[in-house]
Amino acid sequence: MIELDNVAYSYGGDALLNDISFSLAPGSFHFLTGPSGSGKTTFLKLCYGALLPTEGDVRIFDHSAKDMGRDAVAYARRRIGVVHQDCKFLDHLPLNENIALPLSVSGQATPDQFANLQELMSWVGLVGRGEALPPELSGGERQRAALARALIMSPDVILADEPTGNVDWEMSQRLLRLLVELNKMGKTVMIATHDMALIRAAKALVSARVLRISNNTLQSAGVDL
Amino acid sequence: MKRILEFLSPLLHADAGADRVVPPSGFTVRLTVFTSAAMAFLTVFALALSLASGRLGQSWGDELARSSTIRISAPAGQMAAQTEAALKVLTQTPGVASARALSDEEQQALLEPWFGPGLPIDQLPVPQLIDISETAEGYDSDGLRLRLQAEAPGAVLDEHARWRKPLVAAAGRLKLLGWVSILLITATTGAMVTLAANASLAANAQVIEVLRLVGATDGYIASAFVRRYTLRVLVGAAVGTVAGFVAILLMPGGSDAGGFLTGLRFQGWHWLWPAVVPPLAAMVAFAATQAAARRVLGELA
Repeated sequence: MIELDNVAYSYGGDALLNDISFSLAPGSFHFLTGPSGSGKTTFLKLCYGALLPTEGDVRIFDHSAKDMGRDAVAYARRRIGVVHQDCKFLDHLPLNENIALPLSVSGQATPDQFANLQELMSWVGLVGRGEALPPELSGGERQRAALARALIMSPDVILADEPTGNVDWEMSQRLLRLLVELNKMGKTVMIATHDMALIRAAKALVSARVLRISNNTLQSAGVDL
Repeated sequence: MKRILEFLSPLLHADAGADRVVPPSGFTVRLTVFTSAAMAFLTVFALALSLASGRLGQSWGDELARSSTIRISAPAGQMAAQTEAALKVLTQTPGVASARALSDEEQQALLEPWFGPGLPIDQLPVPQLIDISETAEGYDSDGLRLRLQAEAPGAVLDEHARWRKPLVAAAGRLKLLGWVSILLITATTGAMVTLAANASLAANAQVIEVLRLVGATDGYIASAFVRRYTLRVLVGAAVGTVAGFVAILLMPGGSDAGGFLTGLRFQGWHWLWPAVVPPLAAMVAFAATQAAARRVLGELA
């Protein structure tokens, strides 16, 4: 689905990632860990075409990211749900329109899809909050709304960047369970986090591989949880 | 054709979702609409000025191109004889189609704008005027002057060309100035829309980031801005054009007494010209916003 082949990424002359080869297999569940500033977010951005490698090649759904125009990247992103720690929304639109935004931009905003929206909001526990504006939401609600938005297109891959960074332990457990449930539905999931407690908690729920970025390179932590 | 349709797609495919993704910005909206209205109003006036100048230049050219005048200044006792002699010379001159001496009433009518009605012309030493119409080939003015000098020494030939040419040239320049003004107004509208669109795109960098994250293409993002600015400018230009149209309509109609200043109104099918202004302004806004959006989106990539 997404492959990195001898990828390096430098920013301002400093190497952030070096000689990384990795393949994200369909239906897999990965944790990506490493200290702050180690390049986890950069790694995810390379995976969804927001950044291009300075060396090597990233293949997204069998297309080289270097050969993909901006529109091709946009189409690929409709198959990749991305959840950020600082989930950004369009603050002037109510929550249900924000969650349905991927449908609108892809021209798939049909009544059937909007029925799915209600189901999805119920699944992430946001029933009754559809008319709220994003600034009115709590941190946990924003994270769940970001997850719902990432899922509305039923993407093949879900990339979550510190999805539990701004929420309490109980809410991070809830988000983890949602992501595990998605993986069991066949979705490929990768979570970037430096929260080892979250990774340990996942042990009871899912078979996941842990990857660590250390010294600019990607290492398998060697632990199948 | 496909490229043209692709270029115009932001306008052709109204997408309520795309229209809503950019936050409303009340003050900018009002400024854009007002500026477009003002520009359209000025365009209508420049158009009227240019068309009126064109008509005036043509009129001066047509009316005066084949006419000239002889002015006879002579003592009262010799006036009739010199007039008679001049007319005789003219009838024998090749290239003169017709020539006639103006009556006292006609000369009085010519002087009336300056001296008012009831001028006792017979009591004033007013020169006698002879109106000459030329054939298409024209006459030899130097030869005619020599003969007039011999037969009617008080006669002075005025070919009109001396003062007609600069007037026609001035009218032509005024017409050109009108069109240059329209071009400048059009360019200014484009610059204004580009500045406003650039500011709006820069202010909405986070909106663009969110849209890209969820898979929006550049075309979709651009269309949200392009439609908004095109429609604003179209509405503003329509208001300005109507105001300009009404203002031109309220101008006094053309008359011989008023001359150029009262001839600014459109004439005939020229009244349709202002209808071109709003679509033209919208096209300029469309192209300017499209270019600005593509450039900013490229920079933000």
